[in-house]
Amino acid sequence: MRALQIGWLYFRVGAMNELQYRANFFVQLFQSALALGVAVVVLRLVYSHTTELNGWSQSELLVVLGIQLLMGGIVHAAIQPNMQRLIDEVQDGKLDYALTKPEDAQVIVSVREIQIWQVVDVISGGVVIGVGVSGVDHAVGVVDVLTFIGLLLLGAVLIYCFWLIISTGAFWIVRMWFISELFEGIFQTGRWPIGIYPGWLKYSLTYLVPIGFAITVPAQAVTSRLEWTTVVVAVVFAVVLFGFTRWFWRFGLRRYSGASA
Amino acid sequence: MTVAATPVREESRLRSMADFYATTIRTAIQTEFQYRAATYMYMLGMVAEPVIYLVVWSTIARSQGGSVAGLTPGDFAAYYIVWTLVRNMNIVFTPYGWEHRIREGQFSGLLLRPLHPIHYDIAQFAGGKVVWVLFYLPIAVGLTIAFKPTLHVSPLEVAVFLVAIWGAYLIRTMNLWLLGMVSFWTTRASAIFQTYMMAELLLSGRLVPLKLMPGWAQSLAAWLPFKWTFYFPIQALVGDLSTASLAGGLGMQALWTAIGSVLVWLFFRASIKRYTAVGN
Repeated sequence: MRALQIGWLYFRVGAMNELQYRANFFVQLFQSALALGVAVVVLRLVYSHTTELNGWSQSELLVVLGIQLLMGGIVHAAIQPNMQRLIDEVQDGKLDYALTKPEDAQVIVSVREIQIWQVVDVISGGVVIGVGVSGVDHAVGVVDVLTFIGLLLLGAVLIYCFWLIISTGAFWIVRMWFISELFEGIFQTGRWPIGIYPGWLKYSLTYLVPIGFAITVPAQAVTSRLEWTTVVVAVVFAVVLFGFTRWFWRFGLRRYSGASA
Repeated sequence: MTVAATPVREESRLRSMADFYATTIRTAIQTEFQYRAATYMYMLGMVAEPVIYLVVWSTIARSQGGSVAGLTPGDFAAYYIVWTLVRNMNIVFTPYGWEHRIREGQFSGLLLRPLHPIHYDIAQFAGGKVVWVLFYLPIAVGLTIAFKPTLHVSPLEVAVFLVAIWGAYLIRTMNLWLLGMVSFWTTRASAIFQTYMMAELLLSGRLVPLKLMPGWAQSLAAWLPFKWTFYFPIQALVGDLSTASLAGGLGMQALWTAIGSVLVWLFFRASIKRYTAVGN
């Protein structure tokens, strides 16, 4: 609960800060619209040559695209800016300021930054999911929707864990400028159901970089593909990964010596 | 007192230019070699893009009974593996870097030097490529093992390819310089950059081999420089182009490089008057 309170506090301060720069909203709106337009063009192109991709229809793939956009919005709004700042501060030795606060350090480094204009992607992703779901043949019930939302939250937690593990690497490898490029590249794989990738890549994209759990699995929930074993595996995996992340963060933190003071 | 400037002879000008390029390229190679791990990680992120396209189109080809628009999974593998090499060659100074360069006043230093600043970028990135391509080769081997491309090349195709990747490099350098210089005029150029990138993605062969695009898009692409930076170099190696189209392609690359150079020269003269820097 304490963590949520702190998160909310930082969120309010961050939002007030960002609200000063309203023109950025329109820049973001334009960029999101352009990215969405191209993504739809690509989908149309794919389906002009085929009627289904590995068993997924065009509407179903629209759902996958929507989830990827929405998840991308969450990552860019709340996860990536924090992790980027963490990496920079480890490099510059400024992390002292976060560590000396009388709260849990992991909570602090995870909630300090918020880029609210990225919410545009969350909303447009939501709209795309809605359009996709309305084109799907099977009926989507209340249970499906609730499972879907639960799995989305689980997915966000998994991606957060992934980012924090990588960022903790900054305690050993100082130069990490490539990290956002690397993540952006790999994150694009989520635009397609991971079933289409060859085995080695599919497993990497499930357990190494949890994109399968974060995007394809929620999409399965609203396209009548989900098996309950998948849900169990996803929950267990999330718990284990969260525990590991916490341990790894503390382990890395012990290497931090500071440079500024 | 005035001193008549001794006219520099053409020959020694050329020699000093060659000297400049050799030195800058050598320095760039040494710099790039220092950050091997970071370069590799960056490349892994880059390789994700063609792998996605490759997997998607191979899946479609298989579901359509083995080929789509005459291209088999093996053809797609060849296309996108060569794509990666061409993409490496296509990395140039980005417009986003321009924004930074101008805002931070870094341009002042470049302007004080005796050569047109574009030479520094060309030489610098040319040097980086030597290292990137070297690093890329193991990744290419890995991709070849994983995706089994079908590739038959003739010595002529290899020769044209080796020239064409440098042609692509020059065209893209000019294009992105033109785009970057927009930052002299406005600080909110990122929307323009993004629009350009999207047009390039769709019309260059970066997303898919152009023959998978609808007819009108292919006709449009014929009038734009984009396809000469991706599609042509890749096709030179993996496609079965006639000798005439290979030569014609190189000619088009030369033409677009020339057009780009003239535009850069004109636009730079107009833009530089707007440059102001504080400090430095």
